[in-house]
Amino acid sequence: MNSKWGVLAEYDWSVMSPEFTILGVATLLSLIDLLMGKKADRRILAWIGLAGVILAGYFVIRNTGHDVVSIMNDMYRLDGFANAFKLIFLSGVAFVLLISISYIDEARNVPYSGEYYYLLLSALLGAMIMASSADLITLFVGLELLSISSYILVGTRKHNIQTNESAFKYVVSGGIAAAITLYGMSFIYGVTGSTNLYTIAERLPDKFSGGFDLLIYLAFFLMIVGLAFKVSAVPFHMWAPDVYQGAPTPITAFLSVVSKAAGFAIILRVFIVIFINIVTVDAELGMYQRLIAGKLAIYISIIAAASMIIGNTLALRQVNVKRMMAYSGIAQAGYLLVPLASLTDLLLDQTVFYLVAYLLANMGAFAVIMIVNRDQQTEELAGFAGLYHRAPWLSIAMTFFLLSLAGIPISAGFFGKFYIFISAVGLMKYWLAGIMLATSVVSYYYYFGIIRQMYMRPGTTESPLRVPAPIAVVVLLTCIGTVVIGVMPDPVIQYIHTNFPFQQILESGSKM
Amino acid sequence: MANYFLTILTFSPLLGVLLLAFVPKNLPGTIKAIGILATLVPLVLALMLYTGFDSAAPGLQLVQQMNWINIPLGPEQSLPIRFEMGIDGLSMPLVLLTTIISTMAAIVGLTIDKRWKAFYVLFLIVEMGMLGVFTAANLFQLFIFFEFTIIPMFFMLGIWGYVDREKAAFKFLLYNGIGSAIMLIVFVILFVLTGTLNIAKIAELFTSPMSPFNVPDVQGYLSNSVRLGLFVALLLAFAIKIPIVPFHTWMLKTYQEGHPAVIMISSGVLIKIGGYALIRLNAGFFPQWMNELAAFIAVLGVINILYGAVLALAQDELKQMLAYSSVSHMGIVLLGIAAVNAQGFQGAIFQMISHGLIAALMFYLVSLVHERAGTSNIRELGGLAKSMPIISGIFLTAMMASAGLPGMSGFISEFMAFVGLFGSEPAIAAVGALGIILTAVYLLRATLATTFGPTRAEHENLADAQAIEVVPMVVLLSLIILIGVYPAVLSEPLQATLQTIASGIGGFSR
Repeated sequence: MNSKWGVLAEYDWSVMSPEFTILGVATLLSLIDLLMGKKADRRILAWIGLAGVILAGYFVIRNTGHDVVSIMNDMYRLDGFANAFKLIFLSGVAFVLLISISYIDEARNVPYSGEYYYLLLSALLGAMIMASSADLITLFVGLELLSISSYILVGTRKHNIQTNESAFKYVVSGGIAAAITLYGMSFIYGVTGSTNLYTIAERLPDKFSGGFDLLIYLAFFLMIVGLAFKVSAVPFHMWAPDVYQGAPTPITAFLSVVSKAAGFAIILRVFIVIFINIVTVDAELGMYQRLIAGKLAIYISIIAAASMIIGNTLALRQVNVKRMMAYSGIAQAGYLLVPLASLTDLLLDQTVFYLVAYLLANMGAFAVIMIVNRDQQTEELAGFAGLYHRAPWLSIAMTFFLLSLAGIPISAGFFGKFYIFISAVGLMKYWLAGIMLATSVVSYYYYFGIIRQMYMRPGTTESPLRVPAPIAVVVLLTCIGTVVIGVMPDPVIQYIHTNFPFQQILESGSKM
Repeated sequence: MANYFLTILTFSPLLGVLLLAFVPKNLPGTIKAIGILATLVPLVLALMLYTGFDSAAPGLQLVQQMNWINIPLGPEQSLPIRFEMGIDGLSMPLVLLTTIISTMAAIVGLTIDKRWKAFYVLFLIVEMGMLGVFTAANLFQLFIFFEFTIIPMFFMLGIWGYVDREKAAFKFLLYNGIGSAIMLIVFVILFVLTGTLNIAKIAELFTSPMSPFNVPDVQGYLSNSVRLGLFVALLLAFAIKIPIVPFHTWMLKTYQEGHPAVIMISSGVLIKIGGYALIRLNAGFFPQWMNELAAFIAVLGVINILYGAVLALAQDELKQMLAYSSVSHMGIVLLGIAAVNAQGFQGAIFQMISHGLIAALMFYLVSLVHERAGTSNIRELGGLAKSMPIISGIFLTAMMASAGLPGMSGFISEFMAFVGLFGSEPAIAAVGALGIILTAVYLLRATLATTFGPTRAEHENLADAQAIEVVPMVVLLSLIILIGVYPAVLSEPLQATLQTIASGIGGFSR
């Protein structure tokens, strides 16, 4: 044993190579930014960041398929669950960087644009930590790293009043949510005396039957309410419309995809791992039932249903595209909670598949929204009027994104919903399945509202719309992905199923 | 190669889409030519299908199966979704109808005056969707192709329709969307219950006395109440499509605001999907409930017939009158289905085909009148026979076909449907027969008021039909007369299939 470093040197630190890459690149960017001239063009930072993200993605892919490795007493784990989410975060941030390159403009909207790029990477780092740790402390640290970076990113357009307002709202509500989450975690710690998820999972059942059940329920409610903030699910969804509207569009895209996915990572990890062992006896039927598949699932179902209903109905009346997308995002969070509420072996497959579909559709949609808003100098829906005549391919791509979000075939979004739907029906949660479909039909109205503007309303001008190359790449890639996965979902389903085995989340890994 | 025949047929309209992709959008002539020619490919293939069809075989023909998606459930388990096609006596005539109406509607599409390329691309996609619905041997595919008809129709209504087109498009989308959502719930439930999506297999599992679903006290037994729930849900989904009163309002708006070519597809083919699915799925999966609820469906049919006919009588607007008339005529389809015997089913299919041809023809004629006279209100028309003898003559003939004059398809269909129902529910059939009288009244009133009588000064010099415009009229009319005079063209391929379905129901008869 190395005397100076002790046990630390014995860990297999290579499992953290993706995180080290991001950390390294973020540091590098901050140094370059420091040394660069004041007037220099900082777009180069985005390209370096993108290279870093791709490198990290390579490391993650190299890490997939391994057995579970955990270091520092499960503070950091490498398992299928973490890898799946990390790939989603990395591709999300790669798209955000590409969108940002044509948007972030030192002279026009974002002073100090250097920090924009490395804050994006530190937010990404936070998300990755959230996906990859099995300890309440590290999870919370990841959550806060993501959140604090996001607060600043939301407020980067310093001279815009709306931006300032939304950043302020985000900080305040984010702070409250974090506090509530932490309060819930504190009960869990208090009851079990540990912050390690697996130790908690071992001790919690005894405590549950030993008279602490109400306290554990309380902890569950506090944590889920707090974490609902990150995924913008009801009851902590109120911030989303204001913040989405006020934030720079690439950051809105980041919040709607990466930040939301990170929220799901922590929700799934925490709730499944710590509650899986608690079993209750149904007095009437005399049957054993897992708490998380029984009583807790009912509450999660209610949150999911409320998110779908509130998100979809309030979206109907929006005239601002970004606000509408915020409500759409609330609704999508509802759909994404359905697998957790049904809790089958397909849970991770379904969530990851849906997130992939959602990532593609939402990133593509925000890229288009950004170009249109910028060209029309307005975020109103009417800005889309006549887009088909100005940029036919862009409109067709946007149509596919919207069809995917609405869950209409042939698009990845349809199969995502279908996949989730199968378990909900299989477990006879017909009311939840019914709400899912009914609200989907409601959502047609507002998604097709954009389509109506693009194809059926005359615009103010007919001149062709110029699309910057990096954005064209994003739109192209996401559109191809949406359609191809929509027609041929099988390869993606099989990849997810073979490479990200769900059971790994419950194995406590090879400790060194 | 024969195995891929149905796949090639279904996707053949896409050939046109591919060609159109390479044509600049400012060449309307070329685009329209390609659009029309592209519909000839499936038409020819469908005719080949018709001639090569083995009328004696009761089951699916030209079956094709392919693995498509596997949903992993465990290490060794998976739920397979396959790509399966097949055709039998029930679907073959509808495939033929689809291709014929599509070609005619494509010719009618010549009158569109903007965004030709997009129009024909969407048009061909709808055709593919319709063909896919009828050739699908699998519920998942049926659902996907069904959606393929809804989304392009939304665009076609919303872009090329008349004044209130956007509202009509949204009404169409939301109503049909709700229908397909209900359909999807039922399909997924069936999938989860049986582990398969194959229509024939599910029908067998649900009806064969040996299957665990039918043996009480066995794990997996499907209780009658569950079956009833699924039956009613399916009925509801297709009630919107058919449409059954009170779910018909989307249709009124669509037929009022849509472009004639679009209405021709919708009235000619799309609403037939509902009737097709009622026979294929409701009667195929849950024959005992079809039998139990026959009287209920017959009553729905009678309501449709009378409600549609009475309101058609009250309309001055020809398009609205035709829309209500469609409601009324689809009621006869329901009556035929409600007879739950081979005769009734045959009548229902005859009525579907016949109404498809007649409605397409009439909507076309009315739109021609509208285009020339600037109105399709009965009160503002009159004496058109003087200035446009051809259009008026065909209009008169079509009206007679629609009223069910012997020698034309309308007569034979109504006759069979009613004969079928008189066998099982004579009282309801008698009430329904009243609709025939009302139909004659409103159709005659409309015809007389438009074609005869004094001509208005402003309508004296209207142009009659041009050569290309006559083509759809003549083709549709000849088919209407052909079926009327020689019904065997249609009834022969139907026999074997309908006998099977009806005997399935017979097995559960009271």
